[in-house]
Amino acid sequence: MSKSSAAANGQALWAKQPKANAELFALTYGALVMEVVGDADGNVKEINEQLENIGYSIGIRCVDEFLAKSDVAVCKSFEETSNVLGKTAFKMFLGANCDVHQHSAKSFSLIMHENPLTVFVELPDEYKETLQYTIVYCGVIRGALEMLNYKVDCTLVKSTLKGDDVDEIKVDLKSVMQDGAGDDYHEE
Amino acid sequence: MGSNQGLLFLIVGKNEPLYEAEIHKRPNTPGSADTSVARQSYFVVHSSLDLVDNATWTSQNMYLRVIDKVNQQYVSAFLTAGNIKFLLLHPGKGEIEIKNFFHEVHEFYVKLSMNPFYKYDTPITSKEFDKRVRAVARRNLF
Repeated sequence: MSKSSAAANGQALWAKQPKANAELFALTYGALVMEVVGDADGNVKEINEQLENIGYSIGIRCVDEFLAKSDVAVCKSFEETSNVLGKTAFKMFLGANCDVHQHSAKSFSLIMHENPLTVFVELPDEYKETLQYTIVYCGVIRGALEMLNYKVDCTLVKSTLKGDDVDEIKVDLKSVMQDGAGDDYHEE
Repeated sequence: MGSNQGLLFLIVGKNEPLYEAEIHKRPNTPGSADTSVARQSYFVVHSSLDLVDNATWTSQNMYLRVIDKVNQQYVSAFLTAGNIKFLLLHPGKGEIEIKNFFHEVHEFYVKLSMNPFYKYDTPITSKEFDKRVRAVARRNLF
């Protein structure tokens, strides 16, 4: 699928999706983050991990919704997958336009010029350098791609909350898993 | 007190002041934190708090106009829906300018309170908020 048709598909899917008020969405996520922050007792590493895990749980579910609704053809390369992810899936779920930058066949970056999660947010000094507020995206991407047999590492490289001009999420392909049941499965 | 005297702007919550700013015409005028003038300014503003409570139910507006006058200094007040008080000490500025100032600050305050990291009725430490308040004060009140 070419870049432009992926984007057009995303636009069409976004139009069909039920919408939530953007402020309500941002505030709900904010409340969730604060809940996690409160529970973690100031341990920022734990906060980031927790948020990433929440994202992972979302990702492994919402990939199904995406595949059911989007009607995309099977991707023939990781590059194509990255395109569908950035142009179609992100548009469909978030209404946000994403640029996809290919670093290599196994690595790409999603550049977000608008970030629906960070409206109103200003990180206090104690969290400014350490807390990855939108790390939930990384979890979602990791979870969704894992369901497609891609093991990836996903990191936030840039964040507008830390003073960068865009949000950048870097995705590195670690391995492609084999289809079929895992090692734990033994037929009786 | 000279005519080039600065302004004092306070945000007061239920139990304590949340935010204080001394605003001067030129951005880099040193603060007068230790002088008796400054101490008197704070005293005047804080002693007007009771008058805010009195004025609360006399008006339907959030902007309560000038509520106190001591010597040549006036205290104007603005009350948010959440009962947070904005107080401005000034040497007699125009009503309209002050009203505009309060409304703009109120907008910043609402934005700030939407920030998940800010808890209601706690001191305001955001540098961005401070910067915006000072900018809007300079634009409207000098």
